[in-house]
Amino acid sequence: MQNLLAPGHRACAGCSMPTIVRLILDAAGPNTIVVSPTSCLEVTTTPFPESAWCVPWLHSLFENAAAVASGVEIALKRFHKEANVLVIGGDGSTFDIGMGSNSGMFERGHKVTYICYDNEAYMNTGVQRSGSTPFCAHTTTTPSGEISLGNPRPKKDMPAIALAHRVPYVATASVAYPVDLRRKVKKAIETQGPSYIQVNAPCITGWTFEAGNTVEIARLAVETGLWPLFEYVNGQLMEVKKVRRPKPVEDYLKSQGRYRHLFKKPGGTEVLKQIQAIADANISKYCLVD
Amino acid sequence: MMKVVEGSYAVAHAAMCCSPDVVSAYPITPQTHIVEHLSQMVADGELSAEFLTVDSEFSALSVLVGASAMGARCYSSTTSQGLALMYEVLYNVSGLRMPVVMTVANRALGAPLNIWNDQQDSVGARDVGWLQLYTENVQEAVDTTPQAYKIAEDMGILTPIMVCMDGFILTHVYEPVELLDKDKVAGFLPAFKPEYVLDPANPKTIGAFADPSTYTEFRYLQFDAQQKALAKIEAVAKEFQETFGRTFGGLIDTYQTDDADIVMVTMGSVIGTIKDAIDEMRAEGIKVGLVKVRSYRPFPVQALRKALKDAGVIAVIEKDVSIGNEAGLVTDLKAAFYNSKIRTPIIGFTAGLGGRDITVKDIRKITEKASAARKGIESEFEFLNLRTEILP
Repeated sequence: MQNLLAPGHRACAGCSMPTIVRLILDAAGPNTIVVSPTSCLEVTTTPFPESAWCVPWLHSLFENAAAVASGVEIALKRFHKEANVLVIGGDGSTFDIGMGSNSGMFERGHKVTYICYDNEAYMNTGVQRSGSTPFCAHTTTTPSGEISLGNPRPKKDMPAIALAHRVPYVATASVAYPVDLRRKVKKAIETQGPSYIQVNAPCITGWTFEAGNTVEIARLAVETGLWPLFEYVNGQLMEVKKVRRPKPVEDYLKSQGRYRHLFKKPGGTEVLKQIQAIADANISKYCLVD
Repeated sequence: MMKVVEGSYAVAHAAMCCSPDVVSAYPITPQTHIVEHLSQMVADGELSAEFLTVDSEFSALSVLVGASAMGARCYSSTTSQGLALMYEVLYNVSGLRMPVVMTVANRALGAPLNIWNDQQDSVGARDVGWLQLYTENVQEAVDTTPQAYKIAEDMGILTPIMVCMDGFILTHVYEPVELLDKDKVAGFLPAFKPEYVLDPANPKTIGAFADPSTYTEFRYLQFDAQQKALAKIEAVAKEFQETFGRTFGGLIDTYQTDDADIVMVTMGSVIGTIKDAIDEMRAEGIKVGLVKVRSYRPFPVQALRKALKDAGVIAVIEKDVSIGNEAGLVTDLKAAFYNSKIRTPIIGFTAGLGGRDITVKDIRKITEKASAARKGIESEFEFLNLRTEILP
């Protein structure tokens, strides 16, 4: 495997993000330019005068990565050069503050591969809720409390938003399925036009689990149906990762501190049923079980 | 050959003559005609550039961050709310040392909503690290455009520039203009060849974060580049004059100041009106003159001290206000004099806000007030022609 993200970065032990980025860069190869919004990825890899990046890398702001990448892509066109243009950013910039910029890039049809490593909250600033935070997860701005069971809203359906822009390649991936992730990145960068990949990215501090369990937790998300692995090409659902015997959502939820309150507090049982219903809906929508 | 054209067309034509690689902009009154003309030039093949229509001013300037990092010469244009929406990116473009040139068609900011001219937008953005040149007529806005690229792209400066022209008054006026010749501009303005670009063959990290041990030095280097720009702005204005035979001044310009007792200081299109008023008053024997501030950032402290050292009284007229303390130009001018020997009385006027006309009569009124201020300042700063009858 090519090591285009050098060791010595400052990510937490057990963080899924560096593994995801290494897999992405391995698939994309050295002829790649990466734009990153403000994120854990940015602050752990680029403390001046150091950098972990072995490909050209550009950071501007939290909410403009897709617009900046659009500028990189049209400049390549202008200078008759070819390179893969990637955005790699977190869910805060992707789902929330950068939505306008993302929508513009998708709609203009730039040949940019946008990859969201989705850890389901603003982890860089200390685990505040984002539009990607799942139903009833505890965050520091949607804490569980005497009268609260955590985040009151379900996760925003960002792949559907990309699909609504007629983005020709839209996929989900997981750090627990590295071969699948690499294949999808390759397919995305070969796409003529924009592409979007959303990678499930467990966060040890935000989700609260032991550093050694990162991949296992990501696998449970897939095996319960809470993180379906799918691939849309030109708006058509082309491939899904089948789940032979879906596990109950409790197996996934009880592995993480952010759901601990659901197993202790009155009302938690009802929420567990609602989260199971979300998984069941995914299983049915994406035909995860044969 | 002089041609009667719209100000926006003339400036779009000037931008075209600078051969930008990437143009990105978002339409906003009164800047719209500039981007419409540029779009047409691209559509007609007259301008070979990537022209990107985007979802906001914020994205327009963000696109140029990406393109500039690739080594592209970049152009944009905006005004007012658009400039305000760009605010975060303004700091990024200057902090990343990207020599973007942007025409600002100066306009008031809401609330209350107002689409007409004043200079609150760019004066309010004086601290964002961009150079700012203010122009007095369409010809100067045209001529300043290639000068701006030459200053911004200097390897010792690498700082973005706003070329400010009063919205409507200059963008929508039809007046005789000498349009630039593209080949002649190519001779005056060398190709942009930045040292550090995004290139997979030679990977660089651009936009790393700086902690307290280095952040100050990044800001110092920007400050230093602006100080270097003082000489460069003068030099480029001279070079332009040698090539094109025209000048509107370097850092500043003066009119009838040699023996002037009352000197007005201002920026932008009101200069035409002031010059008319000066001619009228001079004919009556009133010793009045004008100093035009062309470069507001960097602020030409030494040039202003020299030009104003013999004035009996100074009246600053400006189309902006710092709500809470006077206005930008008058505050900066007083600061420039404090540690010098100059102890000339300075009074400030905010005028022409939200498109209110400034007439020759108004300038005469200001002159009378300035004349009286020599005997003791009654009011250091005032809103000219304040309509007290409609105040609550």
